[in-house]
Amino acid sequence: MAVEAQGAEEGGLVFHPMDQFIVKPLFGGSEVGMFTITNVTLWMFLAVLAVVALMVLGTSRRAIIPSRTQSVGELAYGFVYKMVEDVAGKDALAFFPYIMTLFMFIVFANFLGLIPMSFTTTSHFAVTVVLALLVFVTVTVVGFVKNGSKFLGLFWVASAPLALRPVLAVIEVISYFVRPVSHSIRLAGNLMAGHAVIKVFAGFAAIAVVSPISVVAITAMYGLEILVSFIQAYVFTILTCVYLKDALHPSH
Amino acid sequence: MATVTTEAAGEYGADAAASAPGMPQLNFDHWGNQIFWLLITLAVIYFVLSRIALPRIAAVLAERQGTITNDLAKAEELKRQAGEAEQAYDKALADARAEAQNIIAEAKAEIAAELKVATDKADAEIAARTAESEKAISEIRAGALDNVKEVARDTAEALVTALGGRADSAAIDAAVAERTKG
Repeated sequence: MAVEAQGAEEGGLVFHPMDQFIVKPLFGGSEVGMFTITNVTLWMFLAVLAVVALMVLGTSRRAIIPSRTQSVGELAYGFVYKMVEDVAGKDALAFFPYIMTLFMFIVFANFLGLIPMSFTTTSHFAVTVVLALLVFVTVTVVGFVKNGSKFLGLFWVASAPLALRPVLAVIEVISYFVRPVSHSIRLAGNLMAGHAVIKVFAGFAAIAVVSPISVVAITAMYGLEILVSFIQAYVFTILTCVYLKDALHPSH
Repeated sequence: MATVTTEAAGEYGADAAASAPGMPQLNFDHWGNQIFWLLITLAVIYFVLSRIALPRIAAVLAERQGTITNDLAKAEELKRQAGEAEQAYDKALADARAEAQNIIAEAKAEIAAELKVATDKADAEIAARTAESEKAISEIRAGALDNVKEVARDTAEALVTALGGRADSAAIDAAVAERTKG
């Protein structure tokens, strides 16, 4: 889809590891406007379909003894539910649907991105920055609504010596505002790097002698990427829970 | 190794002619499009999950938990009943054994009593019969002695008569009694 032809089109080795990330209109034209239907639209739509298939169609029989799909759906539910409960506490369960939405979207976008020729929506900073900012804004608003000005106690380390507290407060404030940056760059960076490395290995496959090594390397990278896809979704979700815990219980 | 050519803007083709060299991620012209579709996607997923999927899964899990709890309680109840039944069975068995022992002892005692009665009765009968027999024998013996005396007296009378004397019955009786005494 978004992937250009690789390899020796002009005689030598030509690498286009980043071409897979180009946003393109789906139905011709070259302008990408706000509402243009692009490959982003397609792959996000597929992610929605996958979520619906697993969580709605898969559980439609409401069986006491679950089918395989229902089992996986319940597993995902239990996984995130327990994470929210354990990390952020019982009172964070009101945010469970929101966190579940983030997790399901990221995990499916990541895995759909592993399909050859597909487009990885979560490898784009535009996407992850919005996701991270949504979390950041939610957490900050919830923190102030629930705790009022006590939420600022998050930055005032009461257990530290008084002389150190202003310094620590500055560090805490900086780290608080860096959160959305690291939160978003971690996800997009991991996916982008992995996919780009696979493309680079694929580029080397144009040399006949190197191609077996290239294939083995791509296979290995692909396995690693499967891990990364899940782990990054997990990391994003659990960090959201951690931030939410800070908002609900700001004391150190 | 050939040199690794980095992406030049021209390599992207007509679609992305405007994109910055390097990462398409940093082409801010496309951010609006991505953010727009992302927000729609998140809204749809949130709606589907919070309205349909999550309540349904929660209900299924609760129902399953309920079923498991019920089944466990039922199993516990059945186990308790089985235990009670076993105890009742053991008790009934012990009772039956005790009763059997009683019945055997009673029967033994009864039989012994009956046997004793029967033996006593038989003994008494035997004693009575013996006494009766002895009496009969002594009667017979007495009868025989009287007969002997009679015969002796008759014979003595006949002898006295034959010898020409006159039979003195008193003397004969005395003589017979004298001779038959020993």
